[in-house]
Amino acid sequence: MSDVVEKTLTALPSLLSFDSQPGAAKLSSTSKLASLIRGITELTSKHEEEKLIQQELVAIKDQVSSPNTSMRQMKELMVRAIYCEMLGYEASFCYIHAIKLAQQGTALDKRVGYLAVALFLHESHELLLLLVNTVLKDLQSTNLIEVCMALTIVSQLFPKDMIPAILPLVEEKLTHPKEIIRRKAVLALYKFYLIAPNQVQHIHNKFRKALCDKDPGVMTASLHIYLQMIKENPEGYKDLTGSFVTILKQVVGGKLPMDYNYHSVPSPWLQIQLLRILSLLGKDDQSSSEIMYEVLDESLRRAEMNHNITYAILYECVKCIYTIHPKDELLEKAAKCIGNFILSPKINLKYIGLKALTYVVQQDPKLALQHQMTIIECLDHPDLIIKRETLELLFRITNGKNVTVIVEKLLDFLRTSKDDYTTIDLMGKVAEVAEKYAPDNKWFIATMNTVFSLGGDLMQPDIPNNFLKLISEGFDDGEQDRMLRLFAVDSYVSLLQGEPEKLPQRFLQVISWVLGEYSHLREDLEPATVVRLLAHVLDLKQASSETKSWVLLAMTKLCEGEAAMSVLQGVSETYSSSMDTVLRQRAQELQNLHLNPELWARVLPRDAFTEPLEVDSSLSFLDGYVSEALAAGAAPYKSPHQRQEELAQAKAVSMEPYGLSLPISMSLSSLDGRQSPTLLSMSSGLSGDSTDHSHKAGTTTLKLDKVKRVWGREGYLAQRESAVVEVPSPVHSADQIEEVGISQDPTPPPVADQEKQQLASSLFVGLGSQTSSSLMGKSEPKHQRLRKKAKDPVSSSEISKQTSNSIFPPPISVDNLLCNSNMDPKKSLPSCTQMTESSQGSAAANGTCAAEGEFTEGDVQGPEPSLFRDNRLTIAGSCETEEPVGMKDLCLTSYLPADCIGANHSEFTPLCSSHGVHLSACHVHKDDTLVLLVFISNSSNSDVHQFIVQVDSGDVEVSCLSESPVEELRCHHVEVCQYSLTAKRPSVHLEVSGLVSFNMPDRTPQTTHFSYKLPLPSFIRPLELSTEEYGTMWLAFSHDTKQNLTLVADVQDSLRATLDVLERKLHLHVVAIIGMEGIVACRLLPDQPCLMHCRVHGGTLAVWLRSPVPDLPDCLLYHCQRALQEV
Amino acid sequence: MQFMLLFSRQGKLRLQKWYLPLSDKERKKISRDLVQTILARKPKMCSFLEWRDLKIVYKRYASLYFCCAVEDQDNELITLEIIHRYVELLDKYFGSVCELDIIFNFEKAYFILDEFLLGGEAQETSKKNVLKAIEQADLLQEEAEAPRSVLEEIGLT
Repeated sequence: MSDVVEKTLTALPSLLSFDSQPGAAKLSSTSKLASLIRGITELTSKHEEEKLIQQELVAIKDQVSSPNTSMRQMKELMVRAIYCEMLGYEASFCYIHAIKLAQQGTALDKRVGYLAVALFLHESHELLLLLVNTVLKDLQSTNLIEVCMALTIVSQLFPKDMIPAILPLVEEKLTHPKEIIRRKAVLALYKFYLIAPNQVQHIHNKFRKALCDKDPGVMTASLHIYLQMIKENPEGYKDLTGSFVTILKQVVGGKLPMDYNYHSVPSPWLQIQLLRILSLLGKDDQSSSEIMYEVLDESLRRAEMNHNITYAILYECVKCIYTIHPKDELLEKAAKCIGNFILSPKINLKYIGLKALTYVVQQDPKLALQHQMTIIECLDHPDLIIKRETLELLFRITNGKNVTVIVEKLLDFLRTSKDDYTTIDLMGKVAEVAEKYAPDNKWFIATMNTVFSLGGDLMQPDIPNNFLKLISEGFDDGEQDRMLRLFAVDSYVSLLQGEPEKLPQRFLQVISWVLGEYSHLREDLEPATVVRLLAHVLDLKQASSETKSWVLLAMTKLCEGEAAMSVLQGVSETYSSSMDTVLRQRAQELQNLHLNPELWARVLPRDAFTEPLEVDSSLSFLDGYVSEALAAGAAPYKSPHQRQEELAQAKAVSMEPYGLSLPISMSLSSLDGRQSPTLLSMSSGLSGDSTDHSHKAGTTTLKLDKVKRVWGREGYLAQRESAVVEVPSPVHSADQIEEVGISQDPTPPPVADQEKQQLASSLFVGLGSQTSSSLMGKSEPKHQRLRKKAKDPVSSSEISKQTSNSIFPPPISVDNLLCNSNMDPKKSLPSCTQMTESSQGSAAANGTCAAEGEFTEGDVQGPEPSLFRDNRLTIAGSCETEEPVGMKDLCLTSYLPADCIGANHSEFTPLCSSHGVHLSACHVHKDDTLVLLVFISNSSNSDVHQFIVQVDSGDVEVSCLSESPVEELRCHHVEVCQYSLTAKRPSVHLEVSGLVSFNMPDRTPQTTHFSYKLPLPSFIRPLELSTEEYGTMWLAFSHDTKQNLTLVADVQDSLRATLDVLERKLHLHVVAIIGMEGIVACRLLPDQPCLMHCRVHGGTLAVWLRSPVPDLPDCLLYHCQRALQEV
Repeated sequence: MQFMLLFSRQGKLRLQKWYLPLSDKERKKISRDLVQTILARKPKMCSFLEWRDLKIVYKRYASLYFCCAVEDQDNELITLEIIHRYVELLDKYFGSVCELDIIFNFEKAYFILDEFLLGGEAQETSKKNVLKAIEQADLLQEEAEAPRSVLEEIGLT
């Protein structure tokens, strides 16, 4: 392959001196760059090179800063500067000149200027801001090349904050007559999508146009965006499955221009991109997958040529086939492909084969069996990467029977690994499988010892943490627990007696904790011996102060017996004057506790783990202290978030010291809200927050005495069916491998090496025969957990009863529907009753799944035809066809509270229903709040008791308006709960979630979840202002966003008409319209202002939003766009 | 793609293109590490490497190594072909390319790369189209060099 450029250049200097050589013909021998390069090649030492380059840089610096340097010379200087930077010498003085060149040069100078900028600067470089105007200018240029250059730089690096400034121009280019411009514009938008997805939300429709572009290049470029969007939200693009399949069919069938062929394979890049998209769309979705089967089969069939590129396509096909809903015929073919890869003598293909096998082995463990001999060979492969990938594969097939062999292999590799990244990764894996599948205690402790010693201090802290948790919590069998701990103690004592200075810190910490806690289990071991061993660790030079404090704590637990006491005395004296405050504290504790044995026994009780410890995570015991402090005049606690917000507000306001930041009534209410002096809420706020911190800190800090208490009861239970059972494994001999269907390259006939056969039988034991659940540790951690944890608080029978109703579409008002159409694919759920039935059905079928409390969408939507993806239609449909709901609507109106009857209420949305209890909701717009009404109706023939409704939300502040909570619900009765909602933080949609629990007449408890989505405009209220007030506030607000919107067409005063639409739909207040400009104001409940300035400009409406609240402008802008698109 | 490096058998960097934001120092460290690792590998070894959480795909053409970093789940084989297509483009443009062409005209090599890959993604895979775009821009250059005066506004529509 390399013959294309097989034109080796042997002696560089000699070539340079003979101009007749073909390579040199193109060099301009006069150019300064050429002489620089020539100069460098003639040098002999690194030192000389450095000197020469420094000289060169000085010369360049002189020239670039001279006013007489023309742009043309500047271009030449830039090229030299790039060269120097590439050699590793800094030329940062040139950066600004590169920007200048891009700005001022002629088209061809610009090209170099832009190139230099792209090479010199990175995405967050501050100088990039200076480039924005240049880009803006070039995007508007009539010269195609300049537009191309601008688009190129924009797709490489552009400051995120400045995207709105150029977005309209880039968007415009999507309809440019030249395909090269359209293509680059698509890629620029892809880049924007990656760095600021919400900025390009409104152009999703245009992406569809790019997908349908007649130029294959533009279409291919648009797939980058689609791949990304589908990755994030596969449900939203299912309707495109058919289109992607059609495109792939055409590509595979050779319908694209010949230009796009690569080694006579039609557009491989496009094929691969499409295969990736299809695998995302077909994942867990049978109906979508079925559309793909044919084209996948075709792709497999067509990719027959013996060339790298076809293998690349095949690999992607195989991955796709194993990702989507399975089809036996295809799986068989894909498996054959993987076999061909693995058995190939070409090392790259072998690697890809292993990678593919690793990917699929979770679904098809038998495939690994077929190739066991090859895998064994790969384990000893001289190339590390092959070995590494093989280990990855082994890790995936680990089970209780082969764990010892596999862990041994992993540890062997760990011992030789020099790369930190690999070490950390493998260590985690060894610890994972060792915990999960350990055959016996001795092996487990020995393995973990190796992990701790090899891992050193690179280890992630969760490995020792999990290990200690496991040791302390043990499993159900007390005797087993004791044995495990005893083993640990034994092995640690002997380790400390050996060479403790060779042990890493983390390991020493683990050792000291275990010895402190459990050394008493070994009766023949004197505490004094342990204390002496630990004291030795304290004396180690390399022991960190963290380790020392673990050791001191362990010693504190060992205050028993005369001999130990005397050692401890010495230790505590030494460290009670330590410079390290933590150590000093530990030493003091040690001293005081050992003087007072009663206190000691109470503080550090033995075997504290046998009883679960209650942790008061709300820190309610501090409430008294807090209220005292507050009463004494202390300032109430504010969460960091709140403080930051206030700081931001204070900053914004301070620019205009006497300005009215808000109308008086509102600012009053805001003060009220913040300083609310009710002790209860204050203290609970405090408690909540501080627990967060303690949890976070818990993993790293030195709260040693607390450590055991923070840990929960969830733990692993080692398998007790210990001892490796040597099952006679289905060893496949060489002829069997061939029979599997390997066409190309028969492997060197394996000399039925006894050793390898044995290894194979121990590695692949249990792969074929067992059920899948125990095979794939990684894929089903949930399963594993449930199986092992007998003490799980919720019994599985309870779980299966729990019905979970996921989100229902709120078919509220027109604008709401609009917002939903693109945003949330979950909306297209089946109608209410269907949903409940199906979820109950599946809950009963697999109770373990329901433990999550939510169903995967795939489960629920199984029978739904995927065509119903256009959300708007489905939502409307489900409401209209569902008659009971419609009926209920009518009835519910009569239950509206008196003060809501006149007000504008949204449609009733069914939330959930369970055992004859139905929940529906609607919301009512009021001036100062948004009222959420939840209607609970009992259509069954019996009463339900202990009824509790809880509504909660991260986005929304919820307060209950009903005087007394509903407790009982008589049959055929409807109760109404009222909640007042205000927004905590802006978001395109705000979601309220809730929980209903009640007891059935037969006393069985029921729990159901629901959620309700509210579009931002529900929380928007007009803000009445004078123009002067508006002006003052405008200056004070720091968060802004700009965008061009479409004007309402075909009317005389389009500005007025557009603003009317916004006023009507989004409840904005139009402050004034002056000529071609308009100012608009609104507030987000309760009192967050947002101002909008609009100007008619070139047929579009240029709007500029400002607010003191981050994200509010963006979110509001989104709804403005939607509102106007609908017109 | 995260970045692309071209370096010679002697370990001299010939071209570097970074598609992820990194500081100068990190860039230098990464390229030094990788150049060392790759040069130490034997010819028959796998063209792929694991490096931190990235996959390195490299290939040697005559005296030059082409090296790309992609994400772990990416397709290594197609990355090899991306390298190959780039070499083909260089070859076509320079007419039987050699290391010297790239050393002395490295800015051209960058222009071609930018036309082929944009922001780390394949932009245009048709050889003809890439070269057409480059030629158009070059044409502008030549025209500009001839009269050396009225350079502005050469609309190429």
